[in-house]
Amino acid sequence: MTALSTDTTQRGPAPKGPKKTGWQVYSDWANDHRKWLFAAPAMVFVGILIVFPLAWTLYLSLTDASGSVRAESDFIGLENYAEVLTDTQRFWPAVGRTFYFTIGALAIQMVLGMCIALLLWRPFKGEKFVRVVILLPLVATPVAVGMMWRLILDPNIGFANQLLNFFGIPGQPWLSSPETALTTLLFVDVWQWTPMVVLILLAGLTSLSDEPDEAARIDGATAWQRFWYVTLPLMMPTVIVAVLLRGIDALKTFDILYATKGKGGGSFNEVETLNIYAYGLSFDYMDYGVASAVLILFFMIIVACMWLVTFRRKGSK
Amino acid sequence: MNALTDTQRNATTATGGSGNGTGAAKPAARRRKPIRTRAYKWFRVVALVAIVLTFLAPLVWMLLASLKTNVDIYDASKAVIFSPTWENYDNVLGRNNYFTFIFNSFWVAFVSTALSLIIGIPAAYSMSRFAMRRSALVVLMARIIPGVSLLVPWYYVFSNLRMVGGYEVLILSHMFVALPLIVYIMMSYFDSMPLELEEAAQVDGLTPIGAFTRITLPLSVAGIATAGILSFIFSWNNFMFALVLSGANTKTLPVAIFNFVSYASIDWGGLMAAATVVTIPIMIIALFTQKYIVSGLTAGATKG
Repeated sequence: MTALSTDTTQRGPAPKGPKKTGWQVYSDWANDHRKWLFAAPAMVFVGILIVFPLAWTLYLSLTDASGSVRAESDFIGLENYAEVLTDTQRFWPAVGRTFYFTIGALAIQMVLGMCIALLLWRPFKGEKFVRVVILLPLVATPVAVGMMWRLILDPNIGFANQLLNFFGIPGQPWLSSPETALTTLLFVDVWQWTPMVVLILLAGLTSLSDEPDEAARIDGATAWQRFWYVTLPLMMPTVIVAVLLRGIDALKTFDILYATKGKGGGSFNEVETLNIYAYGLSFDYMDYGVASAVLILFFMIIVACMWLVTFRRKGSK
Repeated sequence: MNALTDTQRNATTATGGSGNGTGAAKPAARRRKPIRTRAYKWFRVVALVAIVLTFLAPLVWMLLASLKTNVDIYDASKAVIFSPTWENYDNVLGRNNYFTFIFNSFWVAFVSTALSLIIGIPAAYSMSRFAMRRSALVVLMARIIPGVSLLVPWYYVFSNLRMVGGYEVLILSHMFVALPLIVYIMMSYFDSMPLELEEAAQVDGLTPIGAFTRITLPLSVAGIATAGILSFIFSWNNFMFALVLSGANTKTLPVAIFNFVSYASIDWGGLMAAATVVTIPIMIIALFTQKYIVSGLTAGATKG
């Protein structure tokens, strides 16, 4: 008994007086554990909605589930993966289109975005107006944007061909031809998302200090040299953030592709990327087993791409 | 027409501005000495006008087409000059339940944003203050994973729970979009917020949680507004989740627009009216909250 009482006194003065009410016990407990108390709801929410579905998708990819989500299915091992990886009709072309679309859109967006950001960098009158205009494509609903371009690019009644004809250039088939549809949509993506790159790069440019640039100028560097050897290296961290953010979204592009060309990416699958392919397998053809295999492979591709970009970034530091 | 005069005025003021060489409104440090050549000045003006036209013209075209009859849309000579009509809006809003879809979009975006803020802000705070980078990565995974890979299992579970077609499942799926965004934005906001204020509050007798709710939260209103506005926009624009998980009565606007064209011939005027109806509210929000949207989209970008 005595040992116990000395023990408590030795612990130092109790922070909230000798008597703790019930409420205070809870309050102290909450304060002590606030780190996980605060973080847990969000993490549990995301965890439940991600971990379980991913595990489920992994399981489905090893079965022949199809037709209905409630139907009986058998475990067939890696058969789906073998089927998908040897499928040169749909899968590999879809992989090719995904990379063509992502790399093409990303490259154009980065170069254009950098040019526009440099143009907007130094203050000018009308700056506010230009910045608002740039924001509009970015916040516009992608499905509505897809429909809008469908009208503008319509070979017969669209404004795009009217404009070309005005300059004496023959009209283009745009979305209606299997050869040009994906490239056309790539440029629609460029139209909508270049502003995002501009905003990110502009934020980076404004946070740069003027001194390195001034020093280079005094040393007689040309504008191009100052950009290439001074501004761009300093901007690299921001550029990488922009590449990561835009790259992930471009890989996952769904809305404008599905809204303009519909199921299967058009009648010749001309704009069928991995995302569209997996969606079609799941919800248009109900072929869940194969769809899950495609999704797992797709997910692995995304993680690999991200790892490459972040790995290179660490390597360069 | 309006847009054109605006850009022209803009172009002339831009030349005037760079010609003077000194902008009174901006601090001198940001200004470069005016050594630019005349040619560059003109190039810049032309480029800026081209940029404005490229980004604005398609949207203006959509708006104009929504005010035309279908006969006028097919007539190239009536591209800009035509007699505007509300007919398309009457048809779309009157006949197709569009007010229900507008309400659905609004309700789902509003509730999912509110709930995501409630669980997202404390999480972001904790992850920022205790440097829980790995835990943050778990939440940010939600942004990386392709949505399709989650839809099949969700569909399976929620259809067994008889929730598909209800608001709850739509709100849950949109929270999945909103939450990572909110956590990401709020984390970078809390990262840049000094610790001293909270410490001072604790010295003055507030508990750590009390310091968070009474000091940190009121000081974070700008960040919360940023996160809330952006998550509302992303939810409003979301198409894929609602495409699978909504029912006939809980359809959101993007899905309604998509269904508009699944019939044989396209009613272009009506389609453009529907597209305008979904875009205009977001554009108006964007006009008034531009500062917040930009700071949210670029959050964390400059730290490297």
